[in-house]
Amino acid sequence: MPFEVADLAETTASEKEYLWTINFGPQHPATHTTLRLILTLDGEKVVNCVPDIGFLHSGFEKLGEHLDFNQYVTIVDRMNYISPMANEIAWHHAVEKLLDLELTPRCKYLRTICAELMRLHDHLLNVGTCALDLGGFTAFLYAFYQREKIYDIVELASGQRFHTSYTRVGGVLFDVNNAWVDKVREFCQGFRAVHDEVHKLLTRNRIFIDRVQGVGVLSKEDAINYGCTGPIARASGVLRDLRKDEPYLAYEDFDFKVIASKSGDCYARYLVRMAEMLESVKIIEQAIENIPAGPINVDPETRAVIPAKPAVYRSIEGLIQHFEVIMPNRGSGSPREEIYAANESPNGELGFYIVSDGTSRSYRARCRPPSYVHFGVFSHMIKDHQLSDVVAVLGSINIIAAELDR
Amino acid sequence: MAVNPLPENVYITSLDWAASWARSNSLWPMPFATACCGIELMATASSRHDLARFGAEAMRFSPRQCDLLIVAGRVVMKMLPVLQRIWMQMPEPKWCISMGACACTGGVFDTYSVVQGVDRFIPVDLYVPGCPPRPEQLLAGVIELQNKVKRTGTINGREFAQRTQPMGPTPFDREELIRIREANEQLTILR
Amino acid sequence: MSFQTMLEAKFPEMGLKFSEFRDNRRVEFPAALLADVLHCFKVEGGFDFLVEITAVDYLEYEGSKDRFGVIYVLVNTATGERAVLKTFVNDPNPQLPSACPLWKSADWLEREVYDMFGITFVGHPDLRRILMPDEFSAFPLRKDYPLKGRGERHNFTVLTRAES
Repeated sequence: MPFEVADLAETTASEKEYLWTINFGPQHPATHTTLRLILTLDGEKVVNCVPDIGFLHSGFEKLGEHLDFNQYVTIVDRMNYISPMANEIAWHHAVEKLLDLELTPRCKYLRTICAELMRLHDHLLNVGTCALDLGGFTAFLYAFYQREKIYDIVELASGQRFHTSYTRVGGVLFDVNNAWVDKVREFCQGFRAVHDEVHKLLTRNRIFIDRVQGVGVLSKEDAINYGCTGPIARASGVLRDLRKDEPYLAYEDFDFKVIASKSGDCYARYLVRMAEMLESVKIIEQAIENIPAGPINVDPETRAVIPAKPAVYRSIEGLIQHFEVIMPNRGSGSPREEIYAANESPNGELGFYIVSDGTSRSYRARCRPPSYVHFGVFSHMIKDHQLSDVVAVLGSINIIAAELDR
Repeated sequence: MAVNPLPENVYITSLDWAASWARSNSLWPMPFATACCGIELMATASSRHDLARFGAEAMRFSPRQCDLLIVAGRVVMKMLPVLQRIWMQMPEPKWCISMGACACTGGVFDTYSVVQGVDRFIPVDLYVPGCPPRPEQLLAGVIELQNKVKRTGTINGREFAQRTQPMGPTPFDREELIRIREANEQLTILR
Repeated sequence: MSFQTMLEAKFPEMGLKFSEFRDNRRVEFPAALLADVLHCFKVEGGFDFLVEITAVDYLEYEGSKDRFGVIYVLVNTATGERAVLKTFVNDPNPQLPSACPLWKSADWLEREVYDMFGITFVGHPDLRRILMPDEFSAFPLRKDYPLKGRGERHNFTVLTRAES
């Protein structure tokens, strides 16, 4: 952690002794948990910014080498903790691609609804904390109250508000019933009014616009060159959305728009997120009316998922299938191959590179975190901005420290 | 440092009671929110489960102004000196809540970089388990801490001067290192 | 596979192996060709988006010949095509040319590969540790480094209540 001023390349010239070096430390309300920025300032203007990360590096990838595909979902959950189920869906998407499993239609619809609920979760928090960092506490409270409603929905499906570990290889943990469908419907009906209120509070607010318009501009070429994906890239004009370009789950059945902007500043990112929230609600409303009936998990014959307990206790085939899956070294492994598969998580392209050695444990589970790549652009975006813009830009690029550091 | 100017045979119980009552009902938390538990801490402070009802509304981010350090989330090797520095910067009287499984014992992350329990390195007064603990659990924890402060609090912080031994698991020592190495070897054999 | 024809024309008989698994289109090649292959992908193939650089330690993988595999995932934003590239390096002193001049996202991705595996990238502007503390001596994601570490996580001062 000790960081010498001499390490910063720009300050070695003697005529630059008037530059301040300040530490925007790992413990700071606006750093959204543990990031550190070492800013070199000329008065209030940022001349250079060196990010220092790793304050939450917990060894996720090393744990992936010691845990089963189904066990690792509990760890992957804890990466982007703002939208936990999105990580699970991305992980199991990669695993199911490796194992060449085709999900049942009901499972695809359920996972799509969960993924879109998590998109709402993430965007609500981002808009809320963006407003909070700039001083608008009310929008934060409204956003958090809607998130509480989404927590209730998630709790009804899986039993936990947060860190649900809901998906499994080939399916999900529990099926949902009509009470859940009614709850989702009720949430969607109430959401648009709250979205409207947050919109009224922030979008035409003179103070908010002055603080975020024209700040942290990222051009389209820079966005592609620096590897940005998700709302950040779309706000700079890059028309890439994995839900449309490489469709997965049930996204092909729904009618929704991909939101993009040309300006690439913090205001554009805020507007893209607000509009994406409405598109997500549209997808959820379409999906919730048409959930197909049928089994939720794949057939136990594929040896990927255990059969339902009544079948295990009452039939010999069920018992044998259960035995084959649960006991290790019985052949429910995976092909000895490597795969990269990505999802459109709320933050960007969340991809997993899995190397498998034939067992039901991955040999290497690498996660490609969108926040990590986006934080690499930060020092480019913040040059020649004021110190208070650092907070606005940091909020708009939605850095989640656990995904950043893994 | 707890200053104790009164001689040993003088006790001021009513003042102690009054001071502890006042302090417990206005604990100002310092949210040391590292990871997921930080979000549950924010949820506890927002409208549905309102932490402000219990006096803990003013979440000041400056350690000099707080008296309750809530360590919410996993603490990594790189972050631990920061945590210790913040603890030392907080003025007396101060208390610490270790929120979540990762802060209490390392949680699911028994890896090379996560500290296996914050109580190994800073003194903790209350543990709130859970991954993450529900806001109701955290509120129960805060109430429990308020009761503890009311029970054992003194006006000049005399109760802290006796705690000279570290209360958590023993820190880095040779036996632990041997145990770690043997456990790692076992892991390789089972694979 | 449009990039296959492009690469076969440019690097004939140089040990490129093409394969396809699920919908990943992959190519493996020796490390000496890395700089040229990446340049070819960017300039002639139009692959302007570097998604990921990662490494795998094949120490405990049966049937592996080289120790480290380094993987690049590239995307062509105009056509939406994806390519997964793989090359191999070995101990001691694993080294590769850096992709930073071509794609700026390689900056932090290569720093992480260095931090976790110890593979140095020649030509990287600022190759130092990013996730682990600077004074950390080992490379955690190598297979010979244990999951629970070698005691580094316990090596801190203990504060007791009376003195802090």
